[in-house]
Amino acid sequence: MTLELGLFVVLAAVAIAGAISLILARHPIRSALSLIVVMVALAGLYLLQGADFIAAVQVIVYAGAIMVLFVFVIMLLNAGEEERTSWSRMAHYAGIPLAIYLTVQFAWWVADGASALGLPTAPAESESTRRLAHLLFREFVLPFELTAILILVAILGTVVLGRRES
Amino acid sequence: MVSPSYYLTLSAILFGLGVIGFLFKRNVITLFMSIELMLNAVNLAFVTFSRQWSELSGQVYVFFVIIVAAAEAAVGLAIIILLARNRQTLNVERINLLKL
Amino acid sequence: MTLFEAHPLLLVALVKTGILLFLALTAVAYLSWFERKVVGHIQSRLGPYRVGPHGLLQPLADGLKFLFKEGVEPQGADRLVYYLAPFLALSLALSGLAVIPFGPAEVEIFGVRTTLAVAEVELGLLFLFAITALGVYGVALAGWASNSKYALMGGLRSSAQMISYEISLTLSVIGVVLLAGSFNLREIVAAQQGYWFGAVPRWFLIPQLVGFLCYFTSAIAETNRAPFDLPEAETELVAGFHTEYSSFQFAMFFMAEYTAMVITSCLATLLFLGGWESPLPTTGAWAWTVYLPTVVLSGGCVLLLVDALRHHRGWARGVLALLGVLLGGAAWAVAQPAIHPLVQGPFWFLTKVFLLLFVYVWVRGTLPRFRYDKLMAFGWKVLLPVATLNALVTALVVLLRESGSLAGGLR
Repeated sequence: MTLELGLFVVLAAVAIAGAISLILARHPIRSALSLIVVMVALAGLYLLQGADFIAAVQVIVYAGAIMVLFVFVIMLLNAGEEERTSWSRMAHYAGIPLAIYLTVQFAWWVADGASALGLPTAPAESESTRRLAHLLFREFVLPFELTAILILVAILGTVVLGRRES
Repeated sequence: MVSPSYYLTLSAILFGLGVIGFLFKRNVITLFMSIELMLNAVNLAFVTFSRQWSELSGQVYVFFVIIVAAAEAAVGLAIIILLARNRQTLNVERINLLKL
Repeated sequence: MTLFEAHPLLLVALVKTGILLFLALTAVAYLSWFERKVVGHIQSRLGPYRVGPHGLLQPLADGLKFLFKEGVEPQGADRLVYYLAPFLALSLALSGLAVIPFGPAEVEIFGVRTTLAVAEVELGLLFLFAITALGVYGVALAGWASNSKYALMGGLRSSAQMISYEISLTLSVIGVVLLAGSFNLREIVAAQQGYWFGAVPRWFLIPQLVGFLCYFTSAIAETNRAPFDLPEAETELVAGFHTEYSSFQFAMFFMAEYTAMVITSCLATLLFLGGWESPLPTTGAWAWTVYLPTVVLSGGCVLLLVDALRHHRGWARGVLALLGVLLGGAAWAVAQPAIHPLVQGPFWFLTKVFLLLFVYVWVRGTLPRFRYDKLMAFGWKVLLPVATLNALVTALVVLLRESGSLAGGLR
């Protein structure tokens, strides 16, 4: 059991535990915390695969800003525990086994198909940030500028939506 | 060396768990978080394939997915706040009328 | 073969972490003493002086008090989150210390040559920003889990302030990254070597003065220190997000805040003040400056001995005299040629960090508090545009400089 495999198993176990906790938790703040745990575990997995910059961006942007937004909204709306209605109980008894079967089958197909892939050809490169920046600002400069406009539109939309009707 | 099929299986499991959360949870914010979980699972698949074929543009796609998820989360949460204000509930089963 | 024999670096990392944790927690405890003394003297009073000579045992007394105090848990508080929040704040703050390099030298621990940093991370600067980004959760969750109006308001305000100033914090540092060409903290310090005109050190403080001021202001706001401490000031929202915490959890928040102060000061030193580079040249006519650590330590020894013999009686006199003798011994040890080059880097690094911490405390004792809406307006409407402009202008200058020397543009 190499160190890399050991780290993978630990991080994967944490990610799956977080995802299951997201589904099973009754209070939305616990779900939010579980999702943050999943994101940090995924950042660790990105690091394990040599994607340093993406791991940092995942923690700074996704876990550190987007999830803060979620936590704020949950706190502001004072979301309480989920209620169990008759519809939701029926859905649970009938649907959960089927959904679990579908997930396991999907994972099985992926594992089956992906086992044909060999190990990665080249080792994880260093200086990946510099090469990533070259890619981002040359081949992908148009999508980059478009996402800037997208964020501007999102800001405007949020401000308009958040205005109180007077 | 960890085979990429392990990462892809993990990605599939997380995606499946996200779908389960989306279908079975009642709180609208938790639904949204399940969507984010699905996006994260897809990001993991992108990074895995980017390493598999030494194609750095996979990481660029992850970058864009994160940015778009940020914009989507902002607008989506603003809509959720409006929804909570107008319907006084966060339970999707009770938000079933187009007009109050 | 045990895990440690297969991976000796793990054992070395553990040892370094242990040493660093011990030093950091002691430093944080005595930073609180330092702050109380300095703020006291600014306000024409003495600060703590009863518990031990010059109040030096005050942190110890406070620590004991926190340990033995009753922990009160508010009714209806979410227990998991309530106990998790201070733990999260403190552990995140302490893990930021892992990537800070203290000097250029290499030491040998258990036969393995390592550097003076717990972890050498290629993207060290981004790691520190990630830690800062996650630090918001400690505050937000603490405010929410306390099931109290004051705590919730304080927590929301405090975390909103933290995420707002985090943006200008990150942007103000982009200029330094552009000038140094790397996110690696060692390379950023290495880019600040040398002197202009043989006399002025090449620290990024001079070309990036605006960046430094933006960074320092954002850092004060990010760590919720005065004058940006409205969400946790005693006269305002009771005590903000840590209202409902007592005993050891409060101590954890307290330590987390001081540790964040130390980390931002260390980062400012590395990025803007040349890290471990000496401001004075060390060659030629200035070769005597390499003995400055010895001079400082022996000065401290003399001060302590004089103070012990003149002003104190009984056991205080003994303890202070002992400390003075220890400092004298350290001064002698540092002057030995074997240990000598090892100490140079950390000495200058710690001196600069100490100066920045003094500025933090000085600013707290001097400036009045910002009102919350003015605080947010300042962050978004003043610091963010200034930091962005700084990044833009620096990028332009770097581009013009490089395109002048590279043929054919940016290939």
